[in-house]
Amino acid sequence: MCMAYTLLMTYTIAVEGLQKSYGANPALTGVDLHVPKGSVHALLGPNGAGKSTTVKVLATLVAPDAGRVVVAGHDVTEEPAAVRRVISLTGQHAAVDEVLTGRENLVMMARLRHASRAEARAAADRLLARFDLLDAADRRVGTYSGGTARRLDIALSLVGEPQVLFLDEPTTGLDPRSRRDVWAAVEELAGSGVTVLLTTQYLEEADRLADRITVLAGGEVAAEGTADELKSRIGGETVQLVLPDAAALSAALTAVDGRARIDEAGLSLHVTTDGSAAAVRDLLALMAARDVPVERIAVHRPSLDDVFLALTGPRGVVAA
Amino acid sequence: MTVMTEVGTLIGRSVRHTARSVDATIVAIVLPVMILLTFVYVLGGAIDTGTDYLTYVVPGIVVLCAAHGSAMTATSVNHDLTTGMVDRIRSLPVVGASLLVGHVVAGVLRNLVSTAVVIAVAVLLGFRPAASPLDWVLTTGLLALFMAAFGAIAAAWGLFVRGPEAAGALAFVLLFLPYVSSAFVPPETMPAVLRGFAAHQPTTPVVETLRALLLGGAESSPAVPAVLWCAGLLVAGVAAAGALFRRRTS
Repeated sequence: MCMAYTLLMTYTIAVEGLQKSYGANPALTGVDLHVPKGSVHALLGPNGAGKSTTVKVLATLVAPDAGRVVVAGHDVTEEPAAVRRVISLTGQHAAVDEVLTGRENLVMMARLRHASRAEARAAADRLLARFDLLDAADRRVGTYSGGTARRLDIALSLVGEPQVLFLDEPTTGLDPRSRRDVWAAVEELAGSGVTVLLTTQYLEEADRLADRITVLAGGEVAAEGTADELKSRIGGETVQLVLPDAAALSAALTAVDGRARIDEAGLSLHVTTDGSAAAVRDLLALMAARDVPVERIAVHRPSLDDVFLALTGPRGVVAA
Repeated sequence: MTVMTEVGTLIGRSVRHTARSVDATIVAIVLPVMILLTFVYVLGGAIDTGTDYLTYVVPGIVVLCAAHGSAMTATSVNHDLTTGMVDRIRSLPVVGASLLVGHVVAGVLRNLVSTAVVIAVAVLLGFRPAASPLDWVLTTGLLALFMAAFGAIAAAWGLFVRGPEAAGALAFVLLFLPYVSSAFVPPETMPAVLRGFAAHQPTTPVVETLRALLLGGAESSPAVPAVLWCAGLLVAGVAAAGALFRRRTS
C-alpha cells in the first residue's frame, strides 16, 4: 500500500509493470503509465497493440495478471468498487441506448449513479446544454448522426461527475466533421479538471488532444512523451526527392554519401535538413552536378505518422 | 435500497424498449393468435380431443405465447453485450447482474400483457373460462414463474451465443416445445418416443395445470410438477446466466 500511497500523491492514473494474457496470447507484456491529475493522455497504437486491454484493466472490467494499477488512489484489484465510483468509461462502440431518447439515456445513467429523480433530470438538462444536444434531446438516439451519438456518449460518461474518464477510440468510424465535434467535446472536458485517458489509432487526434502520448506496440510501451518530444526523436524537417528509377535513386543516395533514408518502393529519398531554402537549393545543385534526374521535391515536416511508423512499423519505410 | 433503484431503472428501460418496438410486440401477439386461428379453424375440425377444440387448445396457445415471448429476452441481452452497454453498466458502481434482472422482469411484464391479449381474443372467439378470481391469480402466478424461468434461460442463451441471429434462434426452439406436449393434441395419440418426451418436458404439466385452473378440475392437475419444473428451470437459468455473464465479461 505504501507504493500506492506515493503514486496517489503524484498521479491520478499510475500503472507499473502491467501484464495481461488471454489464454496463451499475451495482450500486455509490461506497460507503465503515469497520468497527472487534470491532463489528457493518449494511448496511441495500431490494432492489437493492447490499448483496449489497458483501458479495460483501468476500468476494472478485466483483472490484471501482474503489475500495479492505481486509479485515483485506489488499486483496481483491491478496491474495484471505489474505482468505479470515480471513473467513467466510453467504449469503442457508442454504448448509448438507441431506443431511448438522448434525455432518457442521461436520466437513466444518472439514476444508475444513484441520483434522485430530480437530480437526474437536472443533470440531464445541464449535460444536454453543455454538449449542444438540446435540439436532439427528445428524439430517439437511433435517429442521431454518428457524431451526435458520440457526443451523447461522452455526455453520458460525465454523469455523476467522474474524476477520470476513459475514452476508447472515441472517433473510430466517424466522418471528419463528426470527428471534429468529438474533439471539441474532449477539449471542453480538458478544461474542466477531469483526467482523460483516450486511446486512438489516429496520430492527428493524439497530437491535437493529448498533453502526453504513450505509443503502444505489441503489448508494450514503445515510446512516451509530448507530441513535440516524439517528433524530435526522428529529427528535423526532411526534403523528399522523387526519382524516376532505381538507378537514379542509387545515384542520389551516393551523392549525399548515404546520409538519407530511402523508400525503394516509392523511389524517393528523404534527406534531413534544417528546413532553410538554402539547404534545398544546395541539395538540388548537388543532384544537378551529379546528373541525377530529380522528378519532384517535397519539404516534409515530421509528423507523428513518422514517429509511429519508426517505432512500430517495418524499418526503412517512411510515411508519405 | 440502491440495488432496487438500479434494477428498477433497468426494468424501466426494458419496458420502454418493448413499448417502442411495436413490430416485436405485434409479432409476440399476432403470431400466437394466428396459430390459435390455424389450430381452431384449419386443423381443429380433424382433431378429436373429446371436448370443444377451442376450449382444449387455448391453454396451449397461452403457454406457446409465453414461451415464444420469453425467447425475445435472448436477443435484447445479446444486443447489450455486443454493443458495449454491458461494459458501460459494469464500469458503474452498479451490480452488473441488475441488467439481466431488468431484462427478465421486463420480459415477464411484456409477456403477461401479450398473453392477456391472446386470452381476450380467445374469449371473443367463444372461449369460456370457468376460473374463479383465485384461479386467475394462480394462473397469472404460474405464467409469471414460467416466463421468468424461460426468460432466465433466454438471458443465458443470449450471453452464450455470438450474434443476434443465433440469439433469435431460441424463439423457434421455444415455439416448437409446446407442439410436443399436451398443448395441441393429447400426447396419447403420439408415437411412444414423443409421448415419453411430452410427458417429461415442462410445458405439459404447465399446460395441464392452466387447463385445470381455467376450466376446472384443479384438484387432479399436475400443479406440483409444473411449479417444480419452472422453479428448477429458473434456478438453472439464473445459474447459467450468472456464470456466462462472468465469463463473457472478464
